[in-house]
Amino acid sequence: MTDTTASAAAPQAGPNNTLLLLLKARTFIALILVFVFFSIFAPNFLSTANMVIMSKHVALNAFLAIGMTFVIVSGGIDLSVGSIVGLCGMVAGYLLLNGIDIGLGWSVQFNTLEICLIVALVGIAIGAMNAFLVTKLNVAPFIATLGTLYIARGAAMLSSEGETFPNLTGNAEYGSHTYRMIGSGDFLGIPISIWMLIAVGLLAAYIAKRTPLGRFIYAVGGNERAAGLSGVKVTRVKYFVYMFSGFCAALVGIIISSQLVAAHPATGDTFELNAIAAAVLGGTSMSGGRGKIGGTIVGAFVIGVLSDGLVMMGVSAFWQTVIKGIVIIAAVVIDQAQQKVQAKVALQAQAAVGK
Amino acid sequence: MSGPAHPIGLSIRGGTKVYPGTVALKAVDFDLRMGAVNVLVGENGAGKSTMMKVIAGVEQLSSGRVEMDGREVRFHSTDEAERHGIGIVFQELNLFPNLTVAENIFMAHEKTRLGVDIDAEAQRAETRALMRRLEHDIDPDTLVGDLKVGQQQIVEIAKSLSRDARILILDEPTSALSNAEVEILFRVIEELKSEGVGIVYISHRLEELIRVGDYITVLRDGVITGAQSMEGVDIAWIVRNMIGESSKDFAKEIEHPFGEEALRVENMRLADSGGGFAVDGVSLSLRQGEILGIYGLMGAGRTELLEAIIGRYHNVNGDVWVHGEKMGKPRVADRIAKGLALIPEDRKHDGLVQILSIRENMTLSSVEAFTQGFHMDLRGERSRVAEFVKRMVIKIASPENPVSALSGGNQQKVVISKALMTGPRVLLMDEPSRGIDIGAKAEVFRVMRQLAAEGLGIVFVTSDLEEVLSLSDRIIVMSNGRITGEFSKEEVTETKLVTASAVGHAPDRAERETA
Repeated sequence: MTDTTASAAAPQAGPNNTLLLLLKARTFIALILVFVFFSIFAPNFLSTANMVIMSKHVALNAFLAIGMTFVIVSGGIDLSVGSIVGLCGMVAGYLLLNGIDIGLGWSVQFNTLEICLIVALVGIAIGAMNAFLVTKLNVAPFIATLGTLYIARGAAMLSSEGETFPNLTGNAEYGSHTYRMIGSGDFLGIPISIWMLIAVGLLAAYIAKRTPLGRFIYAVGGNERAAGLSGVKVTRVKYFVYMFSGFCAALVGIIISSQLVAAHPATGDTFELNAIAAAVLGGTSMSGGRGKIGGTIVGAFVIGVLSDGLVMMGVSAFWQTVIKGIVIIAAVVIDQAQQKVQAKVALQAQAAVGK
Repeated sequence: MSGPAHPIGLSIRGGTKVYPGTVALKAVDFDLRMGAVNVLVGENGAGKSTMMKVIAGVEQLSSGRVEMDGREVRFHSTDEAERHGIGIVFQELNLFPNLTVAENIFMAHEKTRLGVDIDAEAQRAETRALMRRLEHDIDPDTLVGDLKVGQQQIVEIAKSLSRDARILILDEPTSALSNAEVEILFRVIEELKSEGVGIVYISHRLEELIRVGDYITVLRDGVITGAQSMEGVDIAWIVRNMIGESSKDFAKEIEHPFGEEALRVENMRLADSGGGFAVDGVSLSLRQGEILGIYGLMGAGRTELLEAIIGRYHNVNGDVWVHGEKMGKPRVADRIAKGLALIPEDRKHDGLVQILSIRENMTLSSVEAFTQGFHMDLRGERSRVAEFVKRMVIKIASPENPVSALSGGNQQKVVISKALMTGPRVLLMDEPSRGIDIGAKAEVFRVMRQLAAEGLGIVFVTSDLEEVLSLSDRIIVMSNGRITGEFSKEEVTETKLVTASAVGHAPDRAERETA
């Protein structure tokens, strides 16, 4: 009896399963398609030099998108990351140029590692502020982080009266001359920033998949009430996601200021939108509870490769923006289809069990 | 109360409604009399709501007919039913708290000039007229969100009246009302009756039904087990028809001695939003291996009591002891660690994360069990899940499927598994049999019995008389946030329970005398 139901269900489930597999791998397929397309139509696209430059571009967005993925999966949103990038770049630039004047006629100078730690703490602190607003003061994440977006951007402008901190070459005497290496150095032929991305990406994927904290992020985003009643410490989870997002943004601030050997307060403007786009492209649900770090990174690559490739093909910047928009909308439409097929497959399988 | 005085306005003949898996209505014959209150009563899942949904056009009969004035009618939507003069006030009010009273009343039926410009003045005027008719002094420009629940109910009724409802269905209208508000509602009902409106009144409060009703219809498992005029009807008669002779499949009791005190609650108080108390000074004690049933009507404060015990609310007074250890600040995670576990009433909103897999839902409360440091042993998790799937007889295709693909009964077993995986010493179960089929119910009851025999203390809340009588070792009755009765298994009767559950809601005799 069970045999007949199983075999009756199998031919129906078959095509759906293949379809589901294709839909699930869609971002990856899109990446391959984009890659093949530009290898054919864009000159020098496959050259090593181009690959290195492109991966550096992608890495910046990918960092932010990884942090953003956790926030979105937990049911929130973080609009402040672009401004945190700007502010953290300025903090790094200020520390490199001036150190901290403690008012005794001399100032404390820092080496590269210390500067990076301080800047990371600034990013994490802004993330903690976001979390405080969202959890304790009950401000909607969109509004809370919109507020910190403005505050951080304003603070960045104030730090230099809107000027650029130039020539951030550091000083060998203080041990900060190595700061430039973060953006321009490489290890085994691969840029340092890519190594950093690999480390952060693996860490985030591990957190998401193999730690209770990761599980709780998904649970809180899926159903906050149920998670709370199951003993999940919701407030703690939210603090983590916003602080992690702030940390990722601080890393980007460090890398950019190092790459440019200068810090400009307007750096990072609208970066948050690219990060959200990458996360969504990678299959993260804006309503929370669903999303993968791997998907987000692939999503960031699709966006990055697309825009760099179009530049190389000589497509106008205006058209690039339009194309990016179309890709994002298409991704979400396909995502909807995937959810439907997935639910259908699950229900069919459940129906085959009997109840 | 003779026939001609109350003509039949609508009737159902041979009405059957089949849902996938269950038959909600079995060939029912129902007459709705105009100018009278037609009372409808039955336990949860007996088919009351289904029957009213059929009349209001929310659902269609699988077979059978609905007749009005001798002609068959078919309502494919609520709009269509509305055009035939049928209005329904659902238990959960369908109002927009962000709009004014007048805007709510005329929602989707706005009075307009030339079809576009809303004639706010005309709407206000008509709203005032409706409010006068309902003897309420509610300003048409007040936001509905600012009104008390009782007043919101009046707005709902006004909404139906504004669409010329000749038949008005009230689904548990008094569950959220204070005594004074109930009195006002009853006056309104009297008035509507005298205007010839046919009223269907659904409630669990039996004394209230006897007071307000002219005709009564009792449903049990989709079948009408009693229908007559209210004369000579008493609570015993209603209960007899509601429960009947045939018993549900309750697992046999497993003889075992009770152990030491597992849970003690002292003077628990929880304020509600209306300035009163949702839980008002409740104290109770539970021993190991004991099943304590809490019976009461909706809104009696039972759910709030359990949630207060598990530590969901921060603004509570009162102490909780588990196995003699006093609990600290109310925090759910701490209390779960101390051996409490809650199975919430509302699976969808409080029990499960629908988007996550069955596996992830089951282990959500007990990830520490397979975590070392911060590393989760996923293989260990899978084997734990497999063990509980087998133990709880959960029918699933794969633990990786989303939990939303499961039937209500299987979902409930997932929630119970989640609670049991924490290794609790006291289990708090809120309406554990709500919305699940008979087979799954029997399964859940069997598990409860077994757990109790293993020494767990169980507090379970239900509004099902039969359930509370068959499963509990001891029964507490709650009403208006207070304990209004406590009975041992030996001394308890249905009538005692029903009487105790109505304390504070009993009809006002003084008023009757003056009337």
